[in-house]
Amino acid sequence: MKLIIAAIKPFKLEEVREALTSIGVRGMMVTEIKGFGSQSGHTEIYRGAEYAVNFVPKVKLEIVVADSMADQVVETIQTTAKTDKIGDGKIFVLDVASAVRVRTGETNDDAL
Amino acid sequence: MNKNYFLPLAAVATAALLPAMGFAQEAEAPPAVTDEVVWIFNSLLFLIGGFLVFFMAAGFAMLEGGLVRSKNVTMQMTKNVALFSLAAIMYWLIGYNLMYPLGDWAIEGYFSGLFPSWGVMEPVYLNDMGLEGADDAGYASTGSDFIFQLMFCAATASIVSGALAERIKLWPFLIFVIVLTGFIYPLTASWQWGGGWLSEAGFSDFAGSTVVHACGAAAALAGAIVLGPRLGKYKDGKVNPMPGSNLALATLGMFILWLGWFGFNGGSQLAMGSAADIADVSRIFANTNMAAAAGAVAALILTQLFYGKVDLTMVLNGALAGLVSITAEPLAPSLGLALIIGAVGGLIVVLTVPMLDKMKIDDVVGAIPVHGFAGIWGTLAVVLTGGYHGEAALGTQILGMVAIIGTTFVLSLIVWFILKAVMGIRVSEEAELEGLDVSELGMEAYPDFTKG
Repeated sequence: MKLIIAAIKPFKLEEVREALTSIGVRGMMVTEIKGFGSQSGHTEIYRGAEYAVNFVPKVKLEIVVADSMADQVVETIQTTAKTDKIGDGKIFVLDVASAVRVRTGETNDDAL
Repeated sequence: MNKNYFLPLAAVATAALLPAMGFAQEAEAPPAVTDEVVWIFNSLLFLIGGFLVFFMAAGFAMLEGGLVRSKNVTMQMTKNVALFSLAAIMYWLIGYNLMYPLGDWAIEGYFSGLFPSWGVMEPVYLNDMGLEGADDAGYASTGSDFIFQLMFCAATASIVSGALAERIKLWPFLIFVIVLTGFIYPLTASWQWGGGWLSEAGFSDFAGSTVVHACGAAAALAGAIVLGPRLGKYKDGKVNPMPGSNLALATLGMFILWLGWFGFNGGSQLAMGSAADIADVSRIFANTNMAAAAGAVAALILTQLFYGKVDLTMVLNGALAGLVSITAEPLAPSLGLALIIGAVGGLIVVLTVPMLDKMKIDDVVGAIPVHGFAGIWGTLAVVLTGGYHGEAALGTQILGMVAIIGTTFVLSLIVWFILKAVMGIRVSEEAELEGLDVSELGMEAYPDFTKG
């Protein structure tokens, strides 16, 4: 099993979810996050004083899939979340040791 | 606001309260407005003005709640409810009598007695006695006047709470509110609206640019100086903005204040018993609205020019500064002049908010620029028209401001220093960083992690 972590632009979330469900992904975890990468931040003005916003908002996806599906999921996220502008995000893939479905106690691939 | 300012009431004095219908029809002249009708309409103006100005308490609460960070919102709401309620009690206990000696001064023109009378309403069964049972049969009910004036006193205290947000302890702040609403504000206001030495000198402040707004701002400035800025606000010669938690609430607050201001300025006509009076009230409404709009537009344009983008919080402040600016004389100006007066108010806010930051005086919501600097401008602007009596002079306007702002500032400074020495006015560094909601009250405004 692989854990795929992707940080993407918030407005791309719905599009990515649709693309992933259409290739058979049956679950994901989504978190609103802030962070910085090559996009870095920007400056804003509040009541006459300028300040730097160093962290920009992103959405983080966490998806666990069978090994056989991992490449396809990564490719789908990459092509769907892409806008060709700086700040499109990153995808990381990690190994997962085990998985358990809480309701039934099923393990690993059966639990996904 | 000035009790000495009596427009000629119904010129025709009728001995009987209501002439019998038959006689009224036979008479050739149209039926005169009776004393009772005048009394009712005057009282009605106070009551309508009173509940409009009351709603400004909600406006201040929303404005301040929106401009503080989310970790301090419960505290800001608590302070707003508490300060209004304490003001209501203190104004009854001491303030109303101190402010309106009705000619019965302890020190002529300067100091009324504290408690000669606690009665602020007519008897319940006024109906049995008719108008003869009223305190002031030729004017308005005392209860309506009391409730109207009380709202102005509470507004003064509301101004202070915003400037000192996010770092002041609850109880020392409330003790200050008690002193301000029971003593300081009524004292300085009596000099003008109680028929004291400033009104004798010819000072003109129709609804309180100086008497209410600059007074509140002076108390706030003294507090902000003694209290010091929020942690991290001024670091390494730079201003670190601390953006507010909810600009939708802040905008709602601004609109509520704008609405309340119709009562604040319109009610200060203090009479509605004649066509002339209601015409004046209408004129005041129009001028008040125009000044607010002009203040907002001025801030809109100026922040775009200065910073390349419009700053909503400054536009909110600009509208309020326009309102404060027109408050000293909302009756005499034309609409065009009201526009200019309000627009200069907006300009003043855009210039003085960064100026206070340069002086490292941390005013969270811009209360001092809006109520103080725009209040001073509004009081000076009375000279442009001469005021409703046409006699306001620059010298006496300055005298009035120096007297009221100076006295309020010095007395407030003394109270703040005493509070600081006796009990401390500032929360600990740890409490401030954690937020006053959790550290002082143990209750969050936005509790995200709770038992579902």
